[in-house]
Amino acid sequence: MRMTLKLLLTVIMIAFAFTMILPFLWMITTSLKKPIEVFAYPIQWIPERIQWDNYEKVWIGANSFWVYYWNSIKVTTITVLGTVIISSAAAYGFARIRFKGRDAVFLIYLATLMVPDQVTLIPRFILFNYLGIYNTHLALILPGIFTAFGIFLLRQFYLSIPEDFSEAARMEGANHFRIWTSIIIPLSKPTIVSLIILSFTLNWNEFVNPLVFLTDRELFTVPLGLTNFIDEMGTEYTLMMAAAVSSILPVILVFLLGQKWFIEGVVSSGVKG
Amino acid sequence: MRLRHHQTETLSGWLFILPSLLGFFILIIGPILFSLVISFTNWNFLEGMKGIQFIGFDNFIKMWGDRWFTDSMKNNLVYALITVPATMIISLLTAIGLNRGVFFKSGIRLMIFMPYISSIVAISIVWGVLYNPSQGPINAFLYSIGISDPPRWLASTDWALPAIIIMSIWAAIGYNMVIYLAGLQSIPRTLYEAAKIDGAGAFRSFQHITVPMLSPTTFFVLVTNIIYSFQVFAAIFIMTQGGPGTSTSVVTYYIYQVGFSFYDMGYASAMAWILFLIIFLITVIQWRGQKKWVNY
Repeated sequence: MRMTLKLLLTVIMIAFAFTMILPFLWMITTSLKKPIEVFAYPIQWIPERIQWDNYEKVWIGANSFWVYYWNSIKVTTITVLGTVIISSAAAYGFARIRFKGRDAVFLIYLATLMVPDQVTLIPRFILFNYLGIYNTHLALILPGIFTAFGIFLLRQFYLSIPEDFSEAARMEGANHFRIWTSIIIPLSKPTIVSLIILSFTLNWNEFVNPLVFLTDRELFTVPLGLTNFIDEMGTEYTLMMAAAVSSILPVILVFLLGQKWFIEGVVSSGVKG
Repeated sequence: MRLRHHQTETLSGWLFILPSLLGFFILIIGPILFSLVISFTNWNFLEGMKGIQFIGFDNFIKMWGDRWFTDSMKNNLVYALITVPATMIISLLTAIGLNRGVFFKSGIRLMIFMPYISSIVAISIVWGVLYNPSQGPINAFLYSIGISDPPRWLASTDWALPAIIIMSIWAAIGYNMVIYLAGLQSIPRTLYEAAKIDGAGAFRSFQHITVPMLSPTTFFVLVTNIIYSFQVFAAIFIMTQGGPGTSTSVVTYYIYQVGFSFYDMGYASAMAWILFLIIFLITVIQWRGQKKWVNY
């Protein structure tokens, strides 16, 4: 009885999960088809002859996707590094040191989560123009680094480390900087991995900042490059899908490799944060 | 000696948060305040700083007579009223299903989670083609099951918004399911066992244990989903550009248009602030209301 129930539930859940990924399956098979086969119905899930040249056209040629990839790799790497270092320091301050004004500042950080992008976008646009970093990658990196969510995620973990650990080090004369670098950071490796994966995904997918702050095509990151590519493609759906698949491949890979940390990160930055 | 210790603690504390604090002030808090100031001006960015002209509350009054704004606001409300509850119910059911015990649990979870990690740009492009009214696979399917007049989806003023809502729900289920799953797993099994001994059936256990024990999670999911729903932008930018007519325009999209296509920075900022105030008010109301139904 229990077994049949479990089997039945499994079948229902698998059916649901398959409908959830149908758009992905359609995107992948379409990316490997000839244009004429795109809208054939019933849908031919396995193309008659696999058209790898769709990917060739996306990756090699005048507007190679590689440029966007390179920009995204560069911007995302720097942003993630910056986020980890700055969030970790701030989280240490908020979680492990008692000082005047701490809770008030933390409350302000919390409140910024409610502010829609549109409120800060216009002043940032003006500020970046004024500072001369409009239409540079810095205009994406800076807003990417300073977000509250990394701080919440790490702070949550730092709060859970018993006070004895740092107390013992204090007795031996270690200052906060030593405790942070030689005790807290090594202990928080799994949480830092979560943060890296989440922050990577978030920044790789970021669309609004590049849209507003970049005008040169050579600087475009993958999501903006993708929209640009689509505008030029018109109705070449096979190439559009090849480009779309190319754009999400890195996040899917990172997610498959780090699924456990990813989900842990989502849960602890969400529920407890 | 004590006092000194206290002072060095304060100093180190501020030093640790200083890098992030600087960034926050320059990139978030400063801009928020600046945005408030320019919302009281009439300022076309192309005219430079000289073009700034203070006009009091004019922008805040003007927007309520601007059809693009009021229609966008209405679309935002419809979007939130449908997307939020639908996402919550489907995510909860999915989480309960997975939590009950199934084979291939992590594989299933992975599949449901996929839309959430994929870029909204790629997703919107794919759905845009799926919704193609004459040839797209969705309508091809509807024809094949005998519907001779399927919706024209993104090309129709009645169906464009529902089309975007369906896609948004699909994209949000994974995240919310994971949060609910964590909530369900934190409920002690002993509670269910005790209820069973007392003779409670599955439905009563759900009603008297799962629902109240899950209420903090439900509260979190509700608040974040409402906040996100007011920030929807990329899907609309890519799939419909607010059209046809004003049928899918939302406030974020209209602000983008006014700010970055017409460079009317004052008016765009005023609308951004109204959007912020609405999100803020809804969050505060929920925060107050939670005492009535959330158990910690």
